Formats: sequence, structure tokens, C-alpha cells
Amino acid sequence: MSRELTYAQAIQEALAQAMEADPNVFLMGEDIGVYGGAFQVTGDLVHRFGEDRVMDAPISELGQAGVAVGAALAGCKPVLEFQFSDFATLAMEQIVNQAAKLRFMLGGKVNVPLVMRFPAGSGTGAAAQHSQSIDAWLAHVPGLKVIQPSTPHDMKGMLLAAIDDPDPVMVFEHKLLYKTKGEVPEEAYRVPIGKAHVARNGKHVTVVATSIMVHKSLEAAETLAAEGIDVEVIDLRTLRPMDTATIIESVKKTSRLACVYEGVKTLGIGAEISARIAESEAFDYLDAPILRLGGAESPIPYNPQLEKAAVPQVPGIIEGLRNLVTGRT
Amino acid sequence: MKTPKTAKANARPFYQKHSAAELKEALRKMYLIRRFEEGAEEAYMRGLIHGTMHLSIGQEASAVGSTMALRNTDYITSTHRGHGHCIGKGADPKLMFAEFFGKEEGYCRGRGGSMHIADVATGNLGANGIVGGGLPIAVGAALAIKKQKRDDVAMCFFGDGASNEGAFHEALNMASVWKLPVVFVCENNKYGMSVSTERSMSVKNVADRAPAYGMPAVIVDGNSIADVAEAIEAATEHARKGGGPTLVECKTYRTRGHSRSDRNRYRTKEEIEDWKARDPIPHFEAELIAHGLASADEVTAIRVAAEAEIAAGIEFARLGTDPDPTEVTRDVYSPEAA
Ligand SMILES: Cc1ncc(C[n+]2csc(CCOP(=O)(O)OP(=O)(O)O)c2C)c(N)n1
Ligand SMILES: [Mg+2]
Repeated sequence: MSRELTYAQAIQEALAQAMEADPNVFLMGEDIGVYGGAFQVTGDLVHRFGEDRVMDAPISELGQAGVAVGAALAGCKPVLEFQFSDFATLAMEQIVNQAAKLRFMLGGKVNVPLVMRFPAGSGTGAAAQHSQSIDAWLAHVPGLKVIQPSTPHDMKGMLLAAIDDPDPVMVFEHKLLYKTKGEVPEEAYRVPIGKAHVARNGKHVTVVATSIMVHKSLEAAETLAAEGIDVEVIDLRTLRPMDTATIIESVKKTSRLACVYEGVKTLGIGAEISARIAESEAFDYLDAPILRLGGAESPIPYNPQLEKAAVPQVPGIIEGLRNLVTGRT
Repeated sequence: MKTPKTAKANARPFYQKHSAAELKEALRKMYLIRRFEEGAEEAYMRGLIHGTMHLSIGQEASAVGSTMALRNTDYITSTHRGHGHCIGKGADPKLMFAEFFGKEEGYCRGRGGSMHIADVATGNLGANGIVGGGLPIAVGAALAIKKQKRDDVAMCFFGDGASNEGAFHEALNMASVWKLPVVFVCENNKYGMSVSTERSMSVKNVADRAPAYGMPAVIVDGNSIADVAEAIEAATEHARKGGGPTLVECKTYRTRGHSRSDRNRYRTKEEIEDWKARDPIPHFEAELIAHGLASADEVTAIRVAAEAEIAAGIEFARLGTDPDPTEVTRDVYSPEAA
């Protein structure tokens, strides 16, 4: 049976099903108990599972991340909620030096089965320290897996896969997606980590998009369809490990590539996708330069018009793709 | 009846030390903070501003009582709940509103918003979106003061919740080891968002943490401006003379929710009502009148003038200039040196 859930509800359902299935799974974070989480993702879970499994932690992000690492080493499966992905910066030491590397450094003798959830992105007027998209930072670290589901369906399935995973998985959740709705099966199912999804078939240009940009790209594709431009949209879903094969196959078909993502354009996920295509047999198929549409080279501003201007929006995506396909610049 | 310039000899030091004019100015600032935040809240409800905001309603005595001891060349570092600190240090509410409305006239040219409003010209080194972010910055400002042999101080505002961040502990230790002129002002309002200090700390007071760093600490009634100011003035003088840092813990309460999305599930109505009855503004007014330092009419006039200033500030902000959306990357870096 499937029914409509919001993205936030899909997360909550995955967390509840994982906790029901495995007593070692527990949740930790700031204000995830009676408050229900800053974005109401954990909601009433504390009433169902108790304060021992839905733990409010002191405001100590570095400590929380380290506690999650230690608990994971000792047999638990912690799911840590950061109140905003921006606060990962306080916990980088434990995420990057410890969670990501312990298995490797100890010769493969341990694993670190933890999940960290990061509400990310701009659009809420929360300004420069509460609106960043730092997914590519973490995707730069071998040892971490980084996922960015864009729909309630994928969110639930990939979060369950993340909790199953023996390695640390970082989950980026765009704040503007929390209230979006979609069909979600009731049972506990898995959507594999490391597999991109072709969200729309098309023949003129391949768009590789992440998170909320998948929806913006699909919207742009609808407008362009009326002009006879047929856009293929790939929802990357996982940043690391990246599903290059799906992108190569698509580019060989369309001969054009655009990357659309909210994180800062320079040295972002688009650079990696472009390089992989440039290094692959798909390079010979390209009929046009690769297009990257990413976040501005600036922090996210507070003023709403500036805030919109700082990340790709539908009109800009339409224009960029139209120029790419028609050969105008 | 003419009000005297200072209080009688039996009044507490705060009322003797400060002139009636200074004390009335303090009351004026408390009203400005209160009305500024009520105005901001109302503007938000009417959809005039976006984002979120953290109101300090109920905490005005700690903001004004602390900043009273400062001069323009002293620094403060502020928090996400920083409107009071900003006004206390001397900012103009209309330029703060302009920031709230995202306008070029705003203190941060519309780039910062509520969580970052700061008047740098009055020594405010910034409100902060990162809990605990300002703590080591204040220590750094104090280090510069010491290196430059100035007798200024850096006043560091932070919450009870922030004292659970590593940055708090590192900052206190460095300030103490290097004997820097920092006044750490903890505004302990009992909660870090929804989590009470009982659930997040294993000591009763934030001040109990200072001895671990060899730092003196004082606990005051944060809703009594006299209590706050007396402790802060002593700590500030001590710092100016090279005596090193002090932690002053102001026990206070925010009567509004943490931010716009708070449903107050973690505290009782009774608790909120209890603290509303301890509102720092009427408390201060009553003392001013009791000491003969202000008349009831003067108090009313101060309130009415603050209300008018706030209304004018909102109007000023509404009519401000929107930033040019093509200027997103302005001020990311300093302009190239010529
Ligand atoms: C590093 C970091 N963690 C979490 C948050 C989210 N947050 C903002 S304010 C706040 C509570 C802070 O509590 P406290 O320091 O007591 O200040 P108060 O809000 O009570 O004034 C939290 C958790 C943040 N902004 N920064
Ligand atoms: Mg607090």
C-alpha cells in the first residue's frame, strides 16, 4: 500500500521503522524530543520511543558527532540530526578525521555504521550561516557516503538503506523539500545508495541535478518541451559513490550536458560530473561545451531577492538549457 | 516637582553612581528594545519581513545593564538574540529595521537580517548565527586591545546553551591564561531552545564552570538592571586595569518563544506567567520613582517617545532601497588595493 506523505513524514516513517526493527538504532540531536525537531521531522517520535532513543543533546555538535562515532564503533546505529547543515562545520573533526577514516586506519577491522542528517539549502530567509549547501565538501572525503534524495519516496528508501549501511552516510535534506508531497509505500523498502535515477527521458540535453534542483530542472524541462526542446533530467541522488555510468549513457544519447546544483558553482559537484564526462568515452559525443549552473560565489544573502539570485532558479535554467541546445550563448 | 540628580545616600550604588539623566537613558533603551522587538514581531505577522527572529523580550535589563558600562571604543560580540545588545551599545533602531526589511540602508545593507544586525561603528563586532561563535572572537578582540596597550574591554554575550559548546571552554581558558580584558556575560534564560539547563548541564549555574578556568564569576538577577550593572561595572573596571576576565551570569527569561516556530511544548504557561510578573521594565521604573529619580509622567513620556521612534523606524525601513539583485557577490572580498 502506498499513500501520499510529505518529505518530512517520509523521513519520520523511515526513522520509526528502523527503530522498530532494530533496538540498536537511536536518534540524537538538538531539540528532536518534545520540540519535535527544528523542522518537525522527528515530531512525536519521542512519545513513541522514549527519551532514551530520541535523545535531546546539549548544544555540542563536535561532541555529538564524536558520541555517534563511538556508539557506532561499539555496536549501536546512531542517527544524528544536525539542526542545520551549516553546523557540520563545528563537527568536521569527528566527521572527517574520525568517522570517515577509522575503518581504513584500523585496517578494516572496524566499521562506523552511523547516519548524519543535514537540513540544508537556502530559501527560508535564514541568511549566510543557516542556508549553505555544503554537500560537496563532505563528498570530497573518502570514507563517507553522501546522499541527497529529492522525493519523499527516495528519501524513505535511501534513509533506510543508509541506516542499514555499515559505513557513515551523510544525508542532505533541502529545507524547502520538507513540505513537498509524494507517493510513499507503507512497508520498509530500500532505494540503493549509489544509483542515479532518470527522472525524465529526453533526447536533446542531459541535465544532472541534485536535490531541489531536480524539481526546478523538471519544471524548466516542461517549458522547454513546448518549444520542442526535449530535456533528460537525471536525479543524481548520491554524490559519493557517484553513478557515472548512468550519466555517460545519457550524454552519449543527448550529446549535451548541464549540471544544476545549489552549492557554490566553483569546485562544486558540477566540476566533478563534468570531469568524469570529459574523462569518459562520452566526451567524443559532446556537441557543445558543458554547462554548469550552480550557486553564486558568495554566502547566501538575507534579502529575499538577493537570496533568490544567489542560487539557480527556473528562468535561468530554462535560458541556460535553451542556449545550450540552440547553440546561442 | 523637580527630580534630584542622583539618589539619596541610602540607595544602592547603582542609583548613587549614575545621574538621573543616565538612568532615564537606560530606561529609554530598555523601552526601545522592547518596542523594537514587538514592532519586528508585528511586521513579521503582517508579512512585511521574512526569515525568522529571536526575541529577547524579558531580557532587556541584562542587555542595557551590561552595555551601560561600555564606551564606544569597547567591543561587544553578540548572539542570535542580539537586538538588545545592539541597541544597548548605541545602534539606531531605524537602521536596524532597515536591515530587518532587507534594505540597503540597513546596518548590513540587507545582507545579514535579524540574526546579524550589528552597528560596527559602535563597537559591535556582530550578532551571530552560530551558537558560541562569538566567544573566541571576543577573546581575540581583547588580545588585540592588550597588544595595543588600550584600556578598552571586549564584552562577550552568550546564552546558557552556548556554554555547552567547545568554543566556550576554549575561549574561557585562553582569556584566563592570557589575562585578557574580557567580560563574559551569560544571559541564562533557562533554556537553549527547548532544552532546559537541568537537562543539558550537570552543574546548576554557568558561573560554576568559571573556576575550572581560574576565572572569577558572579551570579546576578538578570531582571534587575541595578544588579546587572553593578556586577558588570566591577568586572569591566577589573578588566580595564589589567585584572583579566570575569564571567557574569544574568539569570533571566525570554517570555517569547525561541523563534517564530516555537510552540512552547517544553515549559508551562505558569512558568511563563511567573516570569512575566518579573518584567524588568516596570521593576526599574518603580525603583526610579521610589528613589525620586524620575516622575511617573517622565516615565510615560519616555515610553511614548520610544513608541514614536519605533513607528518612525518601521516607516523609514519600509520606504528603504532594495538591493540590486545583480550585486550578489559584492563585499565577499575587500576591493583590490590600489
Ligand atoms: C552551532 C549552533 N548550533 C545550534 C544552533 C541552533 N540554535 C540557535 S539558538 C539555539 C539555542 C541557544 O541557546 P542559548 O545559548 O541558551 O541562547 P538563547 O537562545 O536561550 O538566547 C540553538 C540550538 C545554532 N544556531 N548554532
Ligand atoms: Mg538560553
